[in-house]
Amino acid sequence: MSATSLTPSLAAADPGDASPGDELRTLNGGGSGSRRVKDRIATVVMHLAFLVAVIPLVWILWTVVSQGYHMLLESTWWTNSQRGVTVRDFGGGAYHAMAGTVMQAAVTALISVPLGVFTAIYLVEYGRGRLARAVSFMVDILTGIPSIVAALTVYALWISTFGFSRVGFAVSLSLVLLMVPTIVRSTEEMLKLVPNELREASYALGVPKWKTIVKIVLPTAFSGIITGVLLGLARVMGETAPLLILGPYTKSINMDLFNGNMASLPTMINQDRTEFLDAAVQRTWGAALTLILIVMALNIAGRAIGHFSKVKS
Amino acid sequence: MAKRIDVKDLNVYYGDFRAVEGVTMGIDARSVTAFIGPSGCGKSTFLRTLNRMHEVLPIGRVDGEVLLDGADLYDKNVDPVAVRRTIGMVFQRPNPFPTMSIFDNVAAGLRLNGMKKKSELQDVVERALQGANLWKEVKDRLDKPGAGLSGGQQQRLCIARAIAVRPQVLLMDEPCSALDPISTLAIEDLISELKNDYTIVIVTHNMQQAARVSDRTAFFNIAGTGAPGKLIEVDQTATMFSSPREQATEDYISGRFG
Repeated sequence: MSATSLTPSLAAADPGDASPGDELRTLNGGGSGSRRVKDRIATVVMHLAFLVAVIPLVWILWTVVSQGYHMLLESTWWTNSQRGVTVRDFGGGAYHAMAGTVMQAAVTALISVPLGVFTAIYLVEYGRGRLARAVSFMVDILTGIPSIVAALTVYALWISTFGFSRVGFAVSLSLVLLMVPTIVRSTEEMLKLVPNELREASYALGVPKWKTIVKIVLPTAFSGIITGVLLGLARVMGETAPLLILGPYTKSINMDLFNGNMASLPTMINQDRTEFLDAAVQRTWGAALTLILIVMALNIAGRAIGHFSKVKS
Repeated sequence: MAKRIDVKDLNVYYGDFRAVEGVTMGIDARSVTAFIGPSGCGKSTFLRTLNRMHEVLPIGRVDGEVLLDGADLYDKNVDPVAVRRTIGMVFQRPNPFPTMSIFDNVAAGLRLNGMKKKSELQDVVERALQGANLWKEVKDRLDKPGAGLSGGQQQRLCIARAIAVRPQVLLMDEPCSALDPISTLAIEDLISELKNDYTIVIVTHNMQQAARVSDRTAFFNIAGTGAPGKLIEVDQTATMFSSPREQATEDYISGRFG
């Protein structure tokens, strides 16, 4: 990585101090080197900013991978729960937490995706006037609410009002509150990118509006929408506040979203980090690495879908 | 196939702004009618009222009559979607559906309107592509994306897509303005073939093109910014270009305009 790589190609024609002819001097910036100096400085500053931004990322990744990888090499990590494993015992599995995280995320997506995509379709294709502005404003507000507020909102509704208990489905509900606005916004952007000419071409063939949206607009925006959904999902999977409030940890496998405590990777990390014993600390790193891998897999899948989509610009 | 259009006292609005005022004219079946005029004179806007595309815009509004072989397109009982099935349109920039292959693009109109039979679709697609003079160039790669063709080919693909639904009338909004001269020539040749089967209306900025392809020419003009566009005169193309009745037409055609 050299700082000079971004300087303009004219600089390459600079014969240097040897014999700068008058004409070349003009080409190089009218005899003043100040523009080139500014260019150099800006280049260096930008590379430094990049480095500063990347260092903590690499550091975190390195720490988590080096501390946690050996947990993931045990096959029991992927198949067993922590049932009967005390804080002093090494090993045990994270299957219960992975299953919980994946199930809660799947239910969240199942509710959020139709809600978010339909809202975006309304805003882009149908919404006019006051109602559309109100909906758009609400989405803006939802985008800004802290996850703890989403969690407490669901707590107030699910537990205080309806008298239900703290179960996996309640966690999903609060994650829905966090995921819907991101899906609305990303889907909206993708729908706006579909050129109006395509809609008009479809109308001109005598295709009704709803069919134009279903058969022309959505397929054209499909890969972008999926990418947005996966990135949004990756984001809510790492949410912790709703889990601490609504999803108490358990060491056992629980596949029932409506009954009993349900483990998840963030609550497993939270549980084990409070024990200052080697066995628990190792499990914390292992769970953290597992969560990072799942989120990364979603990100990669999102980008791959975008990359291999049928629409080429 | 091919019906005539009669327009009676048509006004076109964007919200409260009247963009086109008081157009009355006839468009003959099986002929090419060209709309010429300076930018902003309302000729494209007027064209889009002929298949009720204007009202796709939330602020688009029309009053007056457009009669297709005597039936008013703006009658309360008329479904705009049905109108657009009868009166097809080709746009300024080629706009094939990017998710679809060449075959699917041409078949889109029929498929989206409920026709499913593969064998019939194949017939229609082949006929439409032949009608658009594109069959020979693409017959070996019908499953390739339509967006991979050259600009001129894409425009002929769009024409094939429009004629695949067998419309009565074909509206063309500056169909060659984004194309090079060779592709333009190909489209112009195609237009003179298509007029045996279709009523064609073409908007163009190119007066030579209007003179080459059209049987009748309509000249639109605008008095100034904010004023509505008006139809100045419409006549046989030969007459319009040799001895127009109006001074404004002559000024525009001879390049003495504005």
